[in-house]
Amino acid sequence: MNLEEHAAKPLLAEAGIAVPKGAVCGDADAAARAAAWLGPCVVKAQVPAGKRGKAGGIRLAATPEEARIAAASILGLEIGGHAVNRVLVEQQVPIARELYAAVINDPASRGPLLLFSADGGMDIEEIAATRPDSLQRLPIDIEAGMEPARAQGLAAGMGNASAAVAATLVALYRLYRDCDAELLEINPLVITGDGHVMALDCKLVIDDAALPRRPDLAKLGTPEKLTELERRGRALGLRYIELEGPVGLLANGAGLTMTTMDAIAHAGGGAANFLEIGGDAYTQAQPALELVLSNPRVRSLVVNFCGAFARTDVMADGVVKAWKVLRPAIPVFFSIHGTGEEEAVALVRRELGIEPFDRMEDAVAAAVGAST
Amino acid sequence: MIPRKEHRVLVLGITGKQGRFWTEKMRACGTVVTGGVNPKKAGSEQDGVPVFASAKQAAAKAGFDIAVMFVPPMGARDSAVDAIEAGAKMVVVLTEHIPQQDVMLIHAAARRHGTRIFGPNTAGLVTPGEGFIGIMPGFNTNVFRPGSIGVISRSGSLGTLVCLNVVCAGFGQSAFLGVGGDPLPGTSSREALEMLDGDARTRGVVLVGEIGGTMEEEAAAYARSMNKPVVAFVAGRAAPPGRRMGHAGAIVMGERGTYESKRRALEAAGVRVAATPGEIGPLLRERLAPDGAA
Repeated sequence: MNLEEHAAKPLLAEAGIAVPKGAVCGDADAAARAAAWLGPCVVKAQVPAGKRGKAGGIRLAATPEEARIAAASILGLEIGGHAVNRVLVEQQVPIARELYAAVINDPASRGPLLLFSADGGMDIEEIAATRPDSLQRLPIDIEAGMEPARAQGLAAGMGNASAAVAATLVALYRLYRDCDAELLEINPLVITGDGHVMALDCKLVIDDAALPRRPDLAKLGTPEKLTELERRGRALGLRYIELEGPVGLLANGAGLTMTTMDAIAHAGGGAANFLEIGGDAYTQAQPALELVLSNPRVRSLVVNFCGAFARTDVMADGVVKAWKVLRPAIPVFFSIHGTGEEEAVALVRRELGIEPFDRMEDAVAAAVGAST
Repeated sequence: MIPRKEHRVLVLGITGKQGRFWTEKMRACGTVVTGGVNPKKAGSEQDGVPVFASAKQAAAKAGFDIAVMFVPPMGARDSAVDAIEAGAKMVVVLTEHIPQQDVMLIHAAARRHGTRIFGPNTAGLVTPGEGFIGIMPGFNTNVFRPGSIGVISRSGSLGTLVCLNVVCAGFGQSAFLGVGGDPLPGTSSREALEMLDGDARTRGVVLVGEIGGTMEEEAAAYARSMNKPVVAFVAGRAAPPGRRMGHAGAIVMGERGTYESKRRALEAAGVRVAATPGEIGPLLRERLAPDGAA
């Protein structure tokens, strides 16, 4: 879950990392009032997307009137598909040097990785492309934590600010751990004209799997943008993504569902949705199918089950029940294998009078053929 | 190490609905289960299997080589670390949605003790003819038969489909290794490939990948050095772009992680990439004679 800049910065401040003074504003007048007490300021769009500056979402303002104009032009923009409803108005800071610091989950070391560069301010992709030598990578032993000596080593070249930068890196790592982050990035981390260290921007992504134990953080996050059907899916605990095509699909497990989508595309068709009822969701076949069929674009349906943990007999029972409730006027094509397949195939034959295909590719091809 | 019939298995969370269901399936398939763990039901028996308070107690009283976890996400770290500290040679973590920092703590403990981790979010491991560990249909002979093809998969459902295709093409499996769908797997596809390369029973490998991460690219680098043929399928070619990891994630991945990048890396290493699962069997047959007994 993403936390926008204005939601993440108070967490940085609590962790001992300085941030500029500022206020969140929902309209241009509020931005002008904020600028009146902040002085020269920066007006920044608050959306869960990057590249805000390039999209015109970040503007400098010297006076309250300029802040009003800046806010008025930013509010109502659309950045990365998100309408801007709020701006963060922040005091301008005299910058002596821009740095980059982040902690991420690293698959290679199977642990946290601290990234640090003395060349901040630009995108990390840009740093990696133009100044690869300046990007330092420090794998951290999650049991031992971040030893201050290692942070001091990274910050050694920062002159008078070395100790403050090192302390910031230690605080950054501690915050990453404290809030179950999968990504915590400060870019730029600046050394100010008077030698202080301050975070001017911040990106914080909390691990979704940790949200059940962190309801406090879950409240701070930006909810994902969902369609009406996706919202219904979420309420049912189902991973449903609405797509543009006419072939509805129901499969179990993320891998098999993706493969079914691939096969639909390979056969020249388009999927109407991504929906997998793997894991414990395999018992939810009935509401899942009802959801698939509430998409008015669906012209045919493919049901592809390959039971491992998910029992195909339980899933087929859910499909049959949903089919009998809704009695849809579209054709359906089955492929069923794995755990419980004899019972599942027998059930589909008996209750729906349909013979499942032996090969998944044939079921998919039939569904694509019937969708045009 | 590839699980064999002599390995003794401990089931963490044996008394839950799924733990009980799959323990019965594993045992019916030949897997030796010497114990289970549930701190609240220590001293009792579950379908004839003794239940212990901890993996350490199970190690002292019954002994085990491999632990398999049916434990909810928030209890997974403590349960896995208990098994690691009790001397497990391998822990198979089936649990999905374990917080990532807990997963890293499990990996750190495993590193200290030299324990092999499969998962998290794996469907398990199957050695056809000997047994299985996890939540795979190891008992279904349309899907699993003893043979010479090693199968590596990030997904249980897709792995099942691929194993079915392997059998339809006239082969059986030397092993199915589920590396799992977690972003931080304890055993990578590359490491699983090394295990199968060193396994005398394995003549060829099917590598089942997915978009995201860089495991297929890393496996491709190893496949280049192998004398055994490798056939791959990568799921997600038509998938919508998923949740973005953000800038720092993009630096780690660069251009890698997409379907095209994985296919290119695999093909450059001499791995044949199937366009659909149905092509896997014919591609195997181009390179290998079918298993005689299968």
